[in-house]
Amino acid sequence: MSGRVVVTGLGVAAPNGVGAADYWAAARNGTSGIGRLSRFDPSGYPARLAGEITGFDADAHLPSRLVPQTDRMTQIALVSADCALADAGVRPGELPDYDMGVVTAGASGGFEFGQGELRNLWSKGGQHVSAYQSFAWFYAVNSGQISIRNGMRGPSGVLVSDQAGGLDAVAQARRHIRGGTRLIVSGGVDASLCPWGWVAQLASGRLSTSDDPRRGYLPFDAAACGHVPGEGGALLVMEPLESARQRQAPQVYGEIAGYGATFDPKPGSGRAPALQRAIEVALEDADTEPGGIGAVFADAAALPALDRIESEAVTKVFGPRGVPVTAPKVLTGRLNSGGAPLDLATALLAVRDGVIPPTPHVTPAEEYDIDLVGSEPRRSALRAALVVARGHGGFNSAVVVRACAG
Amino acid sequence: MSSRRVVITGIGVIAPGGVGTKDFWSLLTEGRTATRRISFFDPSPFRSQVAAEADFDAELHGLTPQEVRRTDRAAQFAVVTAREAAADSGLEFTGVDPHRVGVTVGSAVGATTGLDWEYRTVSDGGRLDLVDHTYAVPHLYDYFVPSSFAAETAWAVGAEGPATVVSTGCTSGLDAVGHGAELVREGTVDVMVAGATDAPISPITVACFDAIKATTPRNDDPEHASRPFDGTRNGFVLGEGCAVFVLEELESARRRGARIYAEVAGYASRCNAYHMTGLRPDGREMAEAVRVALDEARLNPEAIDYVNAHGSGTKQNDRHETAAFKRSLGEHAYRVPVSSIKSMVGHSLGAIGSIEIAASALAMEHGVVPPTANLHTPDPECDLDYVPLTAREHRTDAVVSVGSGFGGFQSAMVLARPERSTA
Repeated sequence: MSGRVVVTGLGVAAPNGVGAADYWAAARNGTSGIGRLSRFDPSGYPARLAGEITGFDADAHLPSRLVPQTDRMTQIALVSADCALADAGVRPGELPDYDMGVVTAGASGGFEFGQGELRNLWSKGGQHVSAYQSFAWFYAVNSGQISIRNGMRGPSGVLVSDQAGGLDAVAQARRHIRGGTRLIVSGGVDASLCPWGWVAQLASGRLSTSDDPRRGYLPFDAAACGHVPGEGGALLVMEPLESARQRQAPQVYGEIAGYGATFDPKPGSGRAPALQRAIEVALEDADTEPGGIGAVFADAAALPALDRIESEAVTKVFGPRGVPVTAPKVLTGRLNSGGAPLDLATALLAVRDGVIPPTPHVTPAEEYDIDLVGSEPRRSALRAALVVARGHGGFNSAVVVRACAG
Repeated sequence: MSSRRVVITGIGVIAPGGVGTKDFWSLLTEGRTATRRISFFDPSPFRSQVAAEADFDAELHGLTPQEVRRTDRAAQFAVVTAREAAADSGLEFTGVDPHRVGVTVGSAVGATTGLDWEYRTVSDGGRLDLVDHTYAVPHLYDYFVPSSFAAETAWAVGAEGPATVVSTGCTSGLDAVGHGAELVREGTVDVMVAGATDAPISPITVACFDAIKATTPRNDDPEHASRPFDGTRNGFVLGEGCAVFVLEELESARRRGARIYAEVAGYASRCNAYHMTGLRPDGREMAEAVRVALDEARLNPEAIDYVNAHGSGTKQNDRHETAAFKRSLGEHAYRVPVSSIKSMVGHSLGAIGSIEIAASALAMEHGVVPPTANLHTPDPECDLDYVPLTAREHRTDAVVSVGSGFGGFQSAMVLARPERSTA
């Protein structure tokens, strides 16, 4: 075995498109899924913009008994896993159960479900808390439910590293595959657009208070003012390259070629941030020079201090304006644990089609010496891309995806 | 195949009945129980009113007022315990490249207690649907996403390598250490600070386990409420706590003359893909995890001297894992001592897997196997040697510790002496 681990199926659910094809068209065209929150009345809160998935109908896809037992994020995850497996041409029932696993990233669990039960507890009393609460909200729910639905009994797991967790989960899936597991569903889906989740996210101090969907989330811009939260994410079917070829998978999107993760020094320690090192470790793990990377999918925090750290890290590794940088997440908002897996899916599609998707509405501030792909998609014969993700508290992760053909 | 092997060189524990490894081990070897009527809030409206609570004062254990203010109790446990483990290891963390030190913290339910009480405030006792952000604490986001536990732990020991929270329900404590060991083995880091924490004793947790009758209603006899493998058991007792380990590569640990408690010799996790809370009686997936972990450790079942059971004290679990041990260990299952420390320290959800690894490592260190307390009238369907009531002197060179949890996760870890002969 070469140890090469590839992605053969994509399941995507994003505010600007459900399904990989619709989402990718929206990302290329610069179609945004950001708007004023509609799930509840946001007028009393300082932030009011969100990336909401519209038109998702759990009842159309899932058994009726499962819907009341699951949070919205789990429903979206289950359907996304179905899509990813179908895309990969995999029927899980045909593979040995211990040869398949599920590794997802979590962030806040089934928070909206938890909100309902907390309300029952405090307004009506403990006996009104649902029998489903114990397993509908906890962080392991998506991995558990995907495993049950698809009969996957192999090595599985759940990692939480805020918005960086999606990359850590995919790296963990790669480890399991290299350890002998034939297929892993990995990635992350999150959805906490409920008042309780909104208040928790507001507390981060990182939310944009703009009311203009085009001006709300502007990473690397002089007008950067925080981010817009969203819901959704992506699940990927991963397997060894040999096994994908042997079973004549409908497509091989590309290889998870490199991974690096670091944690920032404690604030006030005077030590340098660790993002650059995560990128360097990922490149080294992918056995590639910076010149081999055709695009960087940025974390794009849209807070000046964090944008500066990221642009400096990219500049130090790739040189001033040394690589195209893009942030298609300005069209979806930041999706917690779902954001980085969605970026991985986007990067794989960019490599497949030779198109780097745009970062609409952003004019990079002069202080950042990066080549930001602006409002128009850019044609490029890129063979590999780097995805960067950071989590609140100091988590840094980076993954290199690379074309496999030839 | 990589030749790097991973050993435990430092242990820190907070468990009900004692803060610190020493108190924890005394409790276990004396067979005392730390279960009691819930004191953190008035439990009288609830079906189950018993828990294993830790008597823990964060400031007394070295946290600053700001650290206390910004962290959930479970994060406080992790910080204090990580410091104990670091000190116990004798490793000079300041002399190690911080990039080569990583952190994994297991937790099943994160900051659920902090979230519970915060929700009560921002919703004004459940009255407001549109909860009021102006009443939220500034660190609410750190409760919202529990990777803050890994951040606090990394800051406590100065780690700048990979850091993450592992959250696989009640196997989190095994899976976090398994994950940490893997990072050392593959060479990503040289040192891992790995363990698990949970502090779930709050109204929402008690209510949600009440709703599925998973916890015991034995409210008139709290000290004897956790009764794994006993015919009179009727549910688990919620607990809290934390255990953290320093994991190092074997040769570098030997070079610096470190005390080596045990090698993390094998680990595996499987899913039952059956039910979010239910278990099939045949124990198939747990048995598979045990089999793979033994295989990784290159040990035959007969080499196992002690099995640290999940032993939660639900009828379903006790029969499930008894079947799993027979399936994976064969005849040896009837000969090897098997015990559940949950009989004494309760079930601290994601933390307990790490606390049980600590108990297993200490059993090897001291040659004593902790008992299963409160086991007076064995369930006839549970017919193994569960070490009832009294700790047993027993030379222990290799241990299997298992965990089972919601979501269907089944995990097993083998600890063994690094100098053992292998199959």
